[in-house]
This record gives sequence, structure tokens and C-alpha cells, in this order.
Amino acid sequence: MRQIVIIGSGPAGYTAAIYAARANLKPLVIASSVEFGGELMKTTEVENFPGFPDGIMGPDLMIKMQAQAERFGAEIVYDDVVKLELAGEVKKIHLGDGSVEEALTVIYATGSEYRKLGLEDETRLSGYGVSWCATCDGAFFKQKKVAVIGGGDSALEEATFLTRFADVVYLVHRRDALRASAAMQDRAFADPKIEMLWNQGVAHIYGDEKVTGIGLVSTVDGTETTLDVQGMFVAIGADPRTHLVHGQLDLTDVGTIAVDGRSSRTNLAGVFAAGDVVDPTYKQAITAAGSGTVAALDAEHYLADLPAELLARAVAVPA
Amino acid sequence: MSSAKDVTDASFEADVLNSDKPIMVDFWAEWCGPCRAVSPILDKIAEENAEKLSIVKLNVDDNPVTAEKYGITSIPAMYVFKNGEVVKRVIGAKPKPALEADLAEFLA
Repeated sequence: MRQIVIIGSGPAGYTAAIYAARANLKPLVIASSVEFGGELMKTTEVENFPGFPDGIMGPDLMIKMQAQAERFGAEIVYDDVVKLELAGEVKKIHLGDGSVEEALTVIYATGSEYRKLGLEDETRLSGYGVSWCATCDGAFFKQKKVAVIGGGDSALEEATFLTRFADVVYLVHRRDALRASAAMQDRAFADPKIEMLWNQGVAHIYGDEKVTGIGLVSTVDGTETTLDVQGMFVAIGADPRTHLVHGQLDLTDVGTIAVDGRSSRTNLAGVFAAGDVVDPTYKQAITAAGSGTVAALDAEHYLADLPAELLARAVAVPA
Repeated sequence: MSSAKDVTDASFEADVLNSDKPIMVDFWAEWCGPCRAVSPILDKIAEENAEKLSIVKLNVDDNPVTAEKYGITSIPAMYVFKNGEVVKRVIGAKPKPALEADLAEFLA
């Protein structure tokens, strides 16, 4: 049995692992089989993480965080959690390969997943012109026309990135103003390749084998138009990834995991949550990292108060 | 480093289209994080099913003709070829059990 298992390997998970490992808790990080490193693995330059005045590539930052956790004894497993039993003193974590890990504490830091538009053809054409990741797929749209759906920072980031490849980037937004930061808006409005389409929602995606266009509907008067594009990038936000804990952990009204005040304590003793899965507001790498710190310290304090014989069981059996 | 053989625009016909058993092509690129994530999983699947399915890699930056020909717009894209025809398309990095389920007909 482990003293601590951390589920998730983004900035929250790895920062929690660094703190837990330095506290000699020998954390096990369940990093996921294909999404390890979290959201930053899909980004390019990160310019706002303190300590890197010249910027750092997102994947490089995550590899460094992982190395820092491993340096102090954290173990990483590249597998997915398929089921959790979180009630009771000993938590059970079922993995994709059929094995089961036991732990006295769990830090749940699974982040969030991209929101879909909810259109019939969205999944069918996913990978055939419909994408959630401009940095992954943008290069395939050289000299093509593409649409980005959304109005926040991530939508503008995707749109600006896509101008490197595409001839025209339409930014389709449901309202007449953007939520994105002023700096991002200025950059987008100044870009001759980006064309704003205000007050428009997406009603259809056209194409048999690949995307050939999208159908827009005006949010003001319902007028329908067709936009001739070969790619559609969806950037309408993300939802906290909580399906593994439904029915076990309390959620907030907005779907994040409910925690006690500024702590990471969930409604179950010994279970802590950190990162985007608890944060409906800020969702930054650095706030997630801070949140991971809080969770590791909370877990450490919880472990310190457990009966000695229980702790001895955790320490006595190595992985 | 992946153990899969690299195929190119030049070798595609000989290596893939003329293959006498089902062969899966992993379309990938250096800059693609999810490609790096799925690569060791594909190596494992290839190793465990060596006599049923070969798995090779094609770098889309170095071999744009083939990538364009098969209309690749998202990577990793894993296409299974049989007798020179595409018989299965899998897009995106997935956990090993999910990939094995997608490829079940070729691994049985």
C-alpha cells in the first residue's frame, strides 16, 4: 500500500508529486497512457510561467516538472485509472492493465477536457477537418480556409497560430464581444488573415469524407449562411474531468470538485483535489501548480494524524 | 526511440501497398506530442502481434506526398492497409486497450 497516489500529470499533479516526494511520501503518479503531461503537452511557447523569461515550450516544461518529481523519488505509471473506490481508510485505484493500487491518500488532479459543440457530424468528422488542437493539426491546413469557434483566450491563440498555415482564419463567435484578454484581442484584430464573424453559432458541419464547409446561424435574427472551410477548430472551453468520481465526491454547481475553503479537502477524508478539476475560474499552469502544492501539504498533514499502525502498513510494503 | 520501421514516399508502394499481410502506417511528426505518446504503445502492440500485423511509421513532414494522398489532417493517424487498400482508420492517441479494440479484427 502507498501513502499517496496522485492521479493526473499536469502542473497540479507533478507539483503535488514534487512536494510529496520531498516529504518522503514516495508518491505514485498515475500519469495516463496517452495524455500524460496534461494540457501543456498540446501547446507551444509558454510565456507566462515565472522563472522562464525567454519562454519555454509547454512539453519541455512538463518534462522538467516530471524530472523534478522523479529526482526526489516519485514513481510514474503510464496507465489510466478506470475505477476508484475512495470511501474508507484505504483507497483503491483500479488501472487499465487490471492491477489495483491501494493508498491512504489520493490527490485527484485530472484537469479538464475540451467541450464539444454537440453537433451530429462533429465526432464523425473529428480528425477529418474537425479538430480541438491547432498546434497538433494546423500544419495540414496550408493555404486552406479554416474556422475557429469560440471567443476566449484559447480561441484567439488557436486563430493566431493557424495564420501561419491557413490563408483565411474565420473566428466565429456567438456574441458581439470577446472574453479574451486585451493583448490577445489586439493581436488578432491586427492580423489581416483573421476575419471576425460576430453573433454566429454553428448549426451544421458539411462533408462526407472530410469537412467541406460549416453552416452558421445568426444568434440575432436566425439567418443561415454557409461558410466554405476545410477545417474547423473548436475552442469553446473545457469541462472538469470528473466522471471517475461521480457519486463519490461532491461537485459544485459548475461541475468542479467541491473543496473546503482554500484547502484541497474534498468531502471524503484522505481525498484531495487540485488543478483545473477544482478551478472554474483561473485555469492557469501556475495556479494549477499552486493548487497541487496545497493538496500535497494537506495530504501530508492528514497522514501525520493517522494511527501509526496504519501508516506502518503503507510504508512496509514497497511497490 | 520507436522500434517501428520508417517508410517514405519513395518506399511506400514496396513496403506498404505490396505488403502480403495487413500493415498499419502510423502517420506522425516530430512536433506532435500525442504522436510521441502513442508511439511506445504501438511498439508494444506490434511486438505482441508480430505475426499478424506489421506497424510502420511515416513522417508527414518528410513525406508530404503520401500524407496528402491519404488526406491526413490530424495526427497521429493510424491507417491499416490490406492488399494496397485502406481498410481501417484510427485517429488520435488512445490508451492501449482502446487501440486494441479498434484493431481487434487484425489482431485476432
